[in-house]
Amino acid sequence: MSDTTSGAPASSTLTIAKAINEGLRRSLETDPKVLLMGEDIGALGGVFRVTDGLQKDFGEDRVVDTPLAESGILGTAIGLALRGYRPVCEIQFDGFIFPAYDQITTQLAKMHYRSRGRLMLPVVVRVPYGGGIGAVEHHSESPEALFAHTAGLRVVSPSTPQDAFTMIQEAIASPDPVLFFEPKGRYWDKGEVDLTRSSGDETLDRARVVREGTDLTLVAYGPTVSTALKVAAAAATEGRSIEVVDLRSISPLDTETVVRSVRRTGRCVVVHEAPTFLGSGAEVAARVTEECFYSLESPVLRVGGFHTPYPVAKIEHDYLPSLDRVLDAVDRAFGF
Amino acid sequence: MNQHPDEGAPLVQLVTPEGVRVTTDENAAYRERVAHLDAAALRDLYRDMVLVRRFDTEATSLQRQGELGLFAQSLGQEAAQIGSGRAMAPQDYAFPSYREHGVAHTRGVDLADVLRLFRGVDHGGWDPTAHNFHLYTLVIGSHTLHATGYAMGVQRDGLVGTGDPERDTAVVTYFGDGATSQGDVSEALVFAAVNNAPVVLFCQNNQWAISEPTSKQTRVPLVRRGDGFGVPSVRVDGNDVLACYAVTAEALERARSGGGPTFVEAYTYRMGAHTTSDDPSRYRSAAQEDYWRQRDPIDRLAVLLRSEDAWDESWAADLQAESDALGERLRETVRGFTAPPSSSMFDHVYASEHATVAAEQAWFAEYETSFADAGGAAQGGAR
Repeated sequence: MSDTTSGAPASSTLTIAKAINEGLRRSLETDPKVLLMGEDIGALGGVFRVTDGLQKDFGEDRVVDTPLAESGILGTAIGLALRGYRPVCEIQFDGFIFPAYDQITTQLAKMHYRSRGRLMLPVVVRVPYGGGIGAVEHHSESPEALFAHTAGLRVVSPSTPQDAFTMIQEAIASPDPVLFFEPKGRYWDKGEVDLTRSSGDETLDRARVVREGTDLTLVAYGPTVSTALKVAAAAATEGRSIEVVDLRSISPLDTETVVRSVRRTGRCVVVHEAPTFLGSGAEVAARVTEECFYSLESPVLRVGGFHTPYPVAKIEHDYLPSLDRVLDAVDRAFGF
Repeated sequence: MNQHPDEGAPLVQLVTPEGVRVTTDENAAYRERVAHLDAAALRDLYRDMVLVRRFDTEATSLQRQGELGLFAQSLGQEAAQIGSGRAMAPQDYAFPSYREHGVAHTRGVDLADVLRLFRGVDHGGWDPTAHNFHLYTLVIGSHTLHATGYAMGVQRDGLVGTGDPERDTAVVTYFGDGATSQGDVSEALVFAAVNNAPVVLFCQNNQWAISEPTSKQTRVPLVRRGDGFGVPSVRVDGNDVLACYAVTAEALERARSGGGPTFVEAYTYRMGAHTTSDDPSRYRSAAQEDYWRQRDPIDRLAVLLRSEDAWDESWAADLQAESDALGERLRETVRGFTAPPSSSMFDHVYASEHATVAAEQAWFAEYETSFADAGGAAQGGAR
């Protein structure tokens, strides 16, 4: 382990939550126009402690405890961005984003377009999302497709501490508004993080092959990447070689990386926690069908949430795309 | 008992509807704020209002001729817009709704450019940062939060309470009586209040939200909305340009000096339809319209100018000529606003390249070219 000039360690084992915290800290340090806004993000450090200690170090004007009004948070963030600031808004839970939906889709997404490029809104909206944490209603949802469907927004989701650390910095540096979906069920997953980096091996909008394989491509992002890797390991014991692609970005969708993989493997299964109906997996399936038609050995299959509201915690394990449900889809793909 | 929401709140007025100056102890501080406006300055305000009214008339005609898809008149609200707009300093920033043509004029926006939006050739039409005048916002009330956030940025820039009148900066946002029912306006009041933001929330109560009277939005005078948020509030005669100038100047000074936000209710009347697609005869009486025609803000200032010997016939003739020239220029300019190329729909969706947009743009270009290859049939855009 080497030291940086500041004396901080160059790499460290961090949780995803802490990696985002460190990424936010770097952005606050390097750009005086960056400020964090949200409910309970100051003294409390956020309900998930992602902003822990930041208000103490950067002050109440840069780590701002806002009134409890999501539309107000986004609306004032837009105004701050128009004045040259780079606000990073925290939405406390996925299901609380809808009071701000109008400001995000009607204003944030369209200002650059409406002004013919004269006005930029480099606003990041951090959203802890996804289930599996035994929460009450509105605390386990995956609304990413709703935002990916709106032109003008970038929608990304990290799956590892390293990506969490670099992608949050890249999102803040982006000239476009970015919806940053944080897999809250994986907040405490640990991994090695190179703290000297402000950007990743890929740009923010690129997918990554995280496990190579030859027989089937498993496409995942955010919380389902680790599930996909477990599926690939389990399938390997049955002699099936599965390639896992971590999309990282939902908008834009890195079709190129997915298509390159499926043209080799001939099979594709997409996994996400959001409902499959009109979800981002449907878009992946359509693109793959269009561009890999002659390479496909089986239809593209999807595994995800059902077309129901997110169920009660005691049965959420049967709603989420579990290891068994993904393996079942893999079996079906090989059965054609 | 239900009280009519227009009743029960004092109104700042400096000139009566009959064009007579109002001199009371209560309005002394406001009178002081317009004391420096001499005859020439009053004529300038009159000129502003006449030109904006002419713009309104021309734009409405252009819509009737099919040159504009739609138009929203500011007719009757000239005093509220010119009075408040002229009270602003160059460094101040305004966030309008969509009928603030008078304010646009005071911020130096070419009124012809306002018509780009209504002609369907642009979603905006001007460079907001060149005029410190944001683009029109069509979704009611959303921009009041943008104004508040912008004001919070001004605070962070250290441009409040420096004592330097050329640096201290305030923000004004315009919205109507209907907008006060939107959650965003209440949230703007909350954020403005708790942050002590240098913003003036300027509500033009023109009494009609398309077909709904103010009584569908509130049971108390709108000016009382500010109280619960801890925001100082004032109600002004919105058809009295001097009073509008005075209350805005006071609110701006409070904002710039660090005194925080102000809620202004400018009580006025939408003399025209909501837009050219509207038909007010379905929901309001001719008698009400006649009543307010007697309170026309431009006539009021004309009477004052004459009574104070500030009216000059040759000046008036020049203004008439200027107004006619504006009309002619608008007609010519608007007809010259041609449709942008279809391929421009892909421009500026994102500030940095986005693969989906890039791919669709490339596909569209190829699709268009395929027609050209087949004999140029696609030229002229007849698809």
